[in-house]
Amino acid sequence: MPTVSMTVNGKPVTGEVDSRTLLVQFLRETLRMTGTHVGCDTSQCGCCVVHIDGDAVKSCTTLALSCEGAKVTTIEGLANGDQLHPMQEAFRENHGLQCGFCTPGMIMTAVELVGRKGHNLDEKTIREELEGNLCRCTGYHNIVKAIAAGAQAMGAKA
Amino acid sequence: MSVTGIGASVRRKEDVRFVTGKGRYTDDINRPGQAHAYFLRSPHAHATINNIDLSAALKMPGVVAVYTGDDIAADKVGGLICGWMIHSKDGSPMKAGAHPALAQGKVRYVGDHVAVVIADKLSQARDAAEKIVVDYGVLPAIVDPAMAVGADAKIHDAAPDNTVYNWHLGDKAATDAAFARAAHVTRLDLVNNRLSPNAMEPRAAVGDYDEGTDGLTLYTTSQNPHVARLVLSAFIGLAPEHKFRVIAPDVGGGFGSKIFIYAEETVCVWAARKVRRPVKWTSDRTEAFLSDAHGRDHVTHAELALDAYGKILGLRAHTTANLGAYLSTFSSSVPTYLYAPLLSGQYDIPAIYAEVDAVYTNTAPVDAYRGAGRPEATFVVERLVEIAARETGKDPAAFRRQNFVTSFPHQTPVIMCYDGGDYNASLTKALEIADYANIGKRKAEAASRGKLRGIGISAYIEACGIAPSAAVGSLGAGVGLWESAEVRVNPIGTVEILTGSHSHGQGHETTFAQLVSERLGVPIDNVAIIHGDTDKVQMGMGTYGSRSGAVGMSAIVKALDKIEAKAKKVAGHCLEASPDDIEFKDGKFTVKGTDKSIDFPSVALQAYIAHKFNGQELEPGLKESAFWDPTNFTFPAGVHICELEVDPQTGVTTIVKWTAVDDFGNLINPMIVEGQVHGGIAQGVGQALFEGAVYTKDGQLVTASFMDYQMPRADNLPSYNIAITKTPCPSNPLGIKGCGEAGAIAAPPAVINALTDALGHEDIAMPASPLAVWRAARKTMAMKKAAE
Amino acid sequence: MYAFNYHKPATVAEAATLAGKHADGKLLAGGMTLLPTMKQRLASPSDIIDLSKLGDLRGIEVKDGVVTIKALTRHVTVANSAEVKKAIPALAELAGMIGDPAVRNRGTIGGSVANNDPAADYPAACLALGATIHTNKRSIPADDFFVGLFETALGEGEIITSISFPVPDKANYQKFRNPASRYAIVGVFVAKKGADVSVAVTGAGDSGVFRQKDFEAALKSNFSAAALDGKSQSAAGLNSDIHADAEYRAHLIGVMAKRAVAAAK
Repeated sequence: MPTVSMTVNGKPVTGEVDSRTLLVQFLRETLRMTGTHVGCDTSQCGCCVVHIDGDAVKSCTTLALSCEGAKVTTIEGLANGDQLHPMQEAFRENHGLQCGFCTPGMIMTAVELVGRKGHNLDEKTIREELEGNLCRCTGYHNIVKAIAAGAQAMGAKA
Repeated sequence: MSVTGIGASVRRKEDVRFVTGKGRYTDDINRPGQAHAYFLRSPHAHATINNIDLSAALKMPGVVAVYTGDDIAADKVGGLICGWMIHSKDGSPMKAGAHPALAQGKVRYVGDHVAVVIADKLSQARDAAEKIVVDYGVLPAIVDPAMAVGADAKIHDAAPDNTVYNWHLGDKAATDAAFARAAHVTRLDLVNNRLSPNAMEPRAAVGDYDEGTDGLTLYTTSQNPHVARLVLSAFIGLAPEHKFRVIAPDVGGGFGSKIFIYAEETVCVWAARKVRRPVKWTSDRTEAFLSDAHGRDHVTHAELALDAYGKILGLRAHTTANLGAYLSTFSSSVPTYLYAPLLSGQYDIPAIYAEVDAVYTNTAPVDAYRGAGRPEATFVVERLVEIAARETGKDPAAFRRQNFVTSFPHQTPVIMCYDGGDYNASLTKALEIADYANIGKRKAEAASRGKLRGIGISAYIEACGIAPSAAVGSLGAGVGLWESAEVRVNPIGTVEILTGSHSHGQGHETTFAQLVSERLGVPIDNVAIIHGDTDKVQMGMGTYGSRSGAVGMSAIVKALDKIEAKAKKVAGHCLEASPDDIEFKDGKFTVKGTDKSIDFPSVALQAYIAHKFNGQELEPGLKESAFWDPTNFTFPAGVHICELEVDPQTGVTTIVKWTAVDDFGNLINPMIVEGQVHGGIAQGVGQALFEGAVYTKDGQLVTASFMDYQMPRADNLPSYNIAITKTPCPSNPLGIKGCGEAGAIAAPPAVINALTDALGHEDIAMPASPLAVWRAARKTMAMKKAAE
Repeated sequence: MYAFNYHKPATVAEAATLAGKHADGKLLAGGMTLLPTMKQRLASPSDIIDLSKLGDLRGIEVKDGVVTIKALTRHVTVANSAEVKKAIPALAELAGMIGDPAVRNRGTIGGSVANNDPAADYPAACLALGATIHTNKRSIPADDFFVGLFETALGEGEIITSISFPVPDKANYQKFRNPASRYAIVGVFVAKKGADVSVAVTGAGDSGVFRQKDFEAALKSNFSAAALDGKSQSAAGLNSDIHADAEYRAHLIGVMAKRAVAAAK
């Protein structure tokens, strides 16, 4: 079986995979990092979003072997020890989650969004940028609020 | 109110694990030696299974076993059940067709379970499933409920004309008499569209067998693990309850779809014992579309009778309800007792009569989905009322007000006795927030931009907190609908609450802890909420129908009352006073009129070290349990107002403002309540504008992925304006009514009333997709042209 | 997903050799269409030739009135490119409308054009702008490139290396999204260059992207939305599905074309 090596949340990892192993399977099954979720099979729900070399991507639509040498960040790699990332804190503070299943993908999408579009995000921009993330619980109201607040907090911290 | 007590918007305790990826959902669980199950599903809507050839599949790499319905039958595994008996008008019991976990001789919908392959890896199981050769004899299929009776497709031998039951409720003669003297009758044909529930976490199950104890464990995505164990033990017969543990860990949304006991978890547990290995199955989204119980799917003709002054005299409705190919766990109750008793809405209607014909079709089973019956009833009532107002030239808000129930208790003609509410208060507040008075100006402004603007009201009521066990039993329920709680106070004063309710997004770990914090004066961080494990929690009925607060928390209150009484006795011994002289406040026991006191943790310690009292007079320890069975349903009610704009060029509908004013009684955590309302509205708007499960005539599901089934996205929805009114519920100690389903119940008629207001005619069905709205808007433009 | 052999060539030549050798193989660029198709077991390539190592196939160049975008340039790069925004703003806007942010971070122009999904966006831009598709073997005018549903003029072992777009005077792309999938139900790209006007329609035709010659003729004499009044697209040959029947698509083509003309810059 082929092996793949990459850096996940700052740690080098190597594992045996099938050619058809997806990045999300490598994370969940090989590395047993189950924070990244799978909510669909057509690349639409965004529960599986992680960062590859800083870009938000759908780990269910990426071959593990394509990630050779890549730097991958997952939801487990966002907090600094016990200190939540400002976007994580904003989701909690604004009740931007209920069942929590879409939340890792939402947060990873939001963090990258701030990187691309800055700290002052209006409601329209946030709603449009969430095109690839589905939530069934919150009706998005508080997710939008959380992302706006998280973006501000990331700016204040920087 | 303390900062963490009842009424405080406490930030959720469970969130830290969810935002850091440390939640533990069923698919996150892996057992040593685990094998994977893949289900071969029927590609046909209706077919006999003439032969299944497993030989090639069994030779595939990694395959552990392949099972079919024959194996299920040989092991005498019972069929899946429907736990609510409905009797037809003629007194005959509903016609329940057999529902084996793996098909036996026949498949009845696309996605029906033909065989299961168990292999070392999921990919191997799926590869092997493709090598199974099934000889099908394709039969005629029927998917349209309105055409099911008398169709060529004969789905179950037990139901020769595809009819499950012909049920009715209300006084037909009185209702007919009301219509006979009506000055005006409003008539309406409508379809309540079929929906796919789509919790973001797909269903999953891990079956685990312990040879040493002969014990079975099932990890599963369940809203009610105890009910799952009860059904899998007592009816399906997999193992007796004392050797069967069901664990529902973190569950990623349910909306009803995870109440039910499905074939997949049944097979995983059964197969785990057969192959002597843990067996795991996780649904992919396509399987979820095919086999999770769908919601709604009613075809209804309804009529409203008015007198010359606009007072409602009567309502009658005939509904055909599609229950799919098999009766799911609670399916029979949804279009009957969860539906017709709500047809009085918020209105004083002297006579109501409803007939419901439930039918089988070659589609996925249909069961409770957020609101379950109540959205269907509300859609009937609120569309009728709106159209009646328009037809008689009355303002829809004023027409509602004219007919509101204003004194309580109010006995409707259809079972329910409304115990309290103030419907005028919610309407007044909602009209104000929505700036209803100035809608004319906004319509004119929109028209100047070529847009059609409309406003729609929905005054909904629901019956929640289901319900007194004796009452539901008399209506056919196979179970009681109480809830249990156990309060364990540890010697250092920390508290564990064991509850039969189950949280899959509702935030019980926080709200239940707020109640304990308020009552016992302990910090919420010292309170643990334990749920979702039949080995830990004695018994429970689970979470659905907005019952966790009204019923589940009431059980906790009852147990806390016992804790307080016991603790007072302990405190009495410590303070050398009679328990009757002990007051308990803010976590402190005080002898009345003195400064002698002892705090709660010290009492807890004294209860366990038992040095201060005689163990024969007072039992050591501080642990109490309680079962709460309510005396009535609860009746949350409110008014939602939707304002929207249509682009007649493209048919695109944009919601510009949403107003929600709800009366949920007392609130434990307003932040969480608002979140529930938001989510409910999104699902209701989804039903109205976006979502529809569509089958072809021959029973193929067209909407089997998010590519074809439109889920509400962030950019489809507005932010919501939420407000509350408050009339405490008289039937439970906390005055709670429940909030989980309100938005999903209120929203569809609000949207469609707004849309028809914008269009100027009633000719639009749900989901009002751009295509449908474009067609309807063409009619509008033609009408406008003709009027010019 | 079915099992396959995986290759990660380091050069275009190596990739072409592999592609020639494995007739049932597939080139993997961003994978945003191919991988979902494989996951659903609707495709079963024997070999996957992953192009992600071919760094020299990334980049954008604007020279002599032509925007050249190398094949593995991601949608996000095109959408955010200051050069593209300046030269052909409609092309940058189109790239920003593809899929969702995560898809745009991964999907490539070469992959999109080579796949020729009938609901994809780039084919409309290629056709309307008169693009040239460059491969490791030759250069193909867009008008000859898109052959039919998921079919192109690409031969075996032929790999798109770049696509060049002549800069128009004015252009705009209007997309009406499928409400569920967000692919184009109708996408209309309008471009004006000198006296020439091109109108390309994606998402609607039953054999893929096509040019709306009646609209082009009307717009040549008068490049304004009003010029399309009274012009209509026939529903014949248009797709029908639960979200849009042929009649609705035909209507939307007119609406989107007018909006594109009005917004062209």
